[in-house]
Amino acid sequence: MALYDTLAGARRKAFGSIPVTVGAVILVILVGSSALAQWIAPYNPKRATGGINEFPSLKHLFGTTGQGQDVLSQFLYGGQNTLWIAFTIAVLTTLLALIVALTAAYFRGWVDDVLTLVTNVFLVIPSLPLIVVLAAFLPPGPLTMIMVLTITGWAFGARLFRSQALSLREREFIAAAEDVGERRWRIVAIELLPNMGSVVAAYFVNQVIFAITAQASLEFLGLGDGGQVTWGSMLFWAQNTSALIRGAWWTFVVPGMAIALTAFSLALINNAVDELGNPRLRADRLLRRAGVRKPSASLMTPVKRNA
Amino acid sequence: MLYIAKRLAFYLLAAFVAITVNFFLPRLTPGDPASTIVATYSTTLNEASLNALKAAYGLTDEPLFTQYVTYLGNILHGDFGRSLSNFPAPVTAIISAGFGWSILLGLTSVLISFVLGSALGALAAWRRGGLFDKLAPPVLLFLGSFPYFFLALLLFYLFCFKLQWFPMGNAYSSVNPPPFTLNGIGDVLFHLIAPAFTIVLVSLGPWTLNMRNAMIGVLSEDYLTLAEAKGLKPRRVLFAHAVRTALLPNVTALGAAIGGVFSGQLLTEIVFTYPGLGYSLMRAVSSVDYPLMQALFLIITLSVLVANFVVDTVYVLLDPRVRTGQEA
Repeated sequence: MALYDTLAGARRKAFGSIPVTVGAVILVILVGSSALAQWIAPYNPKRATGGINEFPSLKHLFGTTGQGQDVLSQFLYGGQNTLWIAFTIAVLTTLLALIVALTAAYFRGWVDDVLTLVTNVFLVIPSLPLIVVLAAFLPPGPLTMIMVLTITGWAFGARLFRSQALSLREREFIAAAEDVGERRWRIVAIELLPNMGSVVAAYFVNQVIFAITAQASLEFLGLGDGGQVTWGSMLFWAQNTSALIRGAWWTFVVPGMAIALTAFSLALINNAVDELGNPRLRADRLLRRAGVRKPSASLMTPVKRNA
Repeated sequence: MLYIAKRLAFYLLAAFVAITVNFFLPRLTPGDPASTIVATYSTTLNEASLNALKAAYGLTDEPLFTQYVTYLGNILHGDFGRSLSNFPAPVTAIISAGFGWSILLGLTSVLISFVLGSALGALAAWRRGGLFDKLAPPVLLFLGSFPYFFLALLLFYLFCFKLQWFPMGNAYSSVNPPPFTLNGIGDVLFHLIAPAFTIVLVSLGPWTLNMRNAMIGVLSEDYLTLAEAKGLKPRRVLFAHAVRTALLPNVTALGAAIGGVFSGQLLTEIVFTYPGLGYSLMRAVSSVDYPLMQALFLIITLSVLVANFVVDTVYVLLDPRVRTGQEA
């Protein structure tokens, strides 16, 4: 019930704001066109169907690559490959982070200490070099990509969820549940988890952004599966065929903007979700609606620290 | 002091984990990559080098534990193995050439983006609802959505290739590193601008937005109302009371961000053909030079750990609660 209310409330409030609408529209266009790639892509993305580095024209709307492939078709199919992998990684990292955080919150004591320590170690080790080393030793392909980015991507979420669980644990309804004699797993599953809904949702959206960029970075370095068309591999080939120095800007602007716009639209949506969960950030809009033009800094609605 | 000691112990543990992962990775990954590597090089290397390679990847009869101890000893002596693509050269020789340039680029860009971002965030919160406050968040969010290397590609194309304002790559114009004179330093700085600008642009967003949100929280505290009521000058309220407190979350984030910025920096260096560690990494990946990759992983990790430790020490200076032993 709580989760449903949050979602319904979020939908009602969110669609009043311009950023969310813009974000949602961009996202739907990008995801929708990629999903329809099989039907709307004009050419086979892997075949040479035109000249080398052809400027965008009616025949090739986004131009052609250094190997004569159609950039539009690559963009569409590439989106498909990029997005499903990113989505899978986001689901897996969110689940892993939740499992670690809730296990820590459930067992407390030394289990919590150990899990927190492991999380912090993963957080402090820089991800790209580790990802490179991991990916280099495993056979290239979507499975490796998903595995490597899941292993390296969950730690921040675990820390976030754990601190959220800890602050929830101090609340009265948890104390009440404990007094009533509810089992601990039940408290974690029924009382804690549903109340973490908005944090988990925001984290999940962030993870999709992380997965898209990290995936593209790896492929740009040449650690992807060379046979697959993805946005990252398009950038890799653009760089490798010296598209920049030949002035073929469309070969890297198209996949790059695709990545940037996907990330941007998700970030817009996420910021609004964040605002829903943070009364201090929301106060601005409420005050404006109440007729206060420019709230002076100290005129802010005081919000209690641990409210 | 206890706080510093605790942090130090933590970073030592993290370093130990990284080293251990590095040791076990080629030995435990499925498909036995170690044999493949040795097989690939079996025709090009002489027997002594081949044996060294086998030892490095655990294709010997020694028990795993003995190998591990030997490996730890080697690391402690600064012996990270030998490069495969550039054979007899030890990987440390290849890495040390790029290390300084990466540090220069990394420090410059992280410092600029941190200071600039925090200042912009404070400004946005102070002039809440003003034009800057309305425009900055979406613009920064948009820039932050760019993968580092894509923005690097764009800026490289625009400023270095089309407009030719900045040099197309490298860290200095001459063949050898320039002398330590005014001209030499100027030349190095000139080559630094484009890649540093890229990194600052992408990483500016979080600093600004975090600072803004932290400031908004701090500004609603009672002690700020008191400061204003006392009749303190707005500037003093802003800097002495609000910014100092609101900066703390950003300093905490600085430690966590260093690793991420460094990852982005490596890719930026590749685009601008800046001769830092990113270039070595590119070379390691394209020539499938495993020892070089692994050494880069270790050395970058260790540097990031050191940087984090420095940030923690700075944090102690900023937050009196930590100094007196309370948890921050």
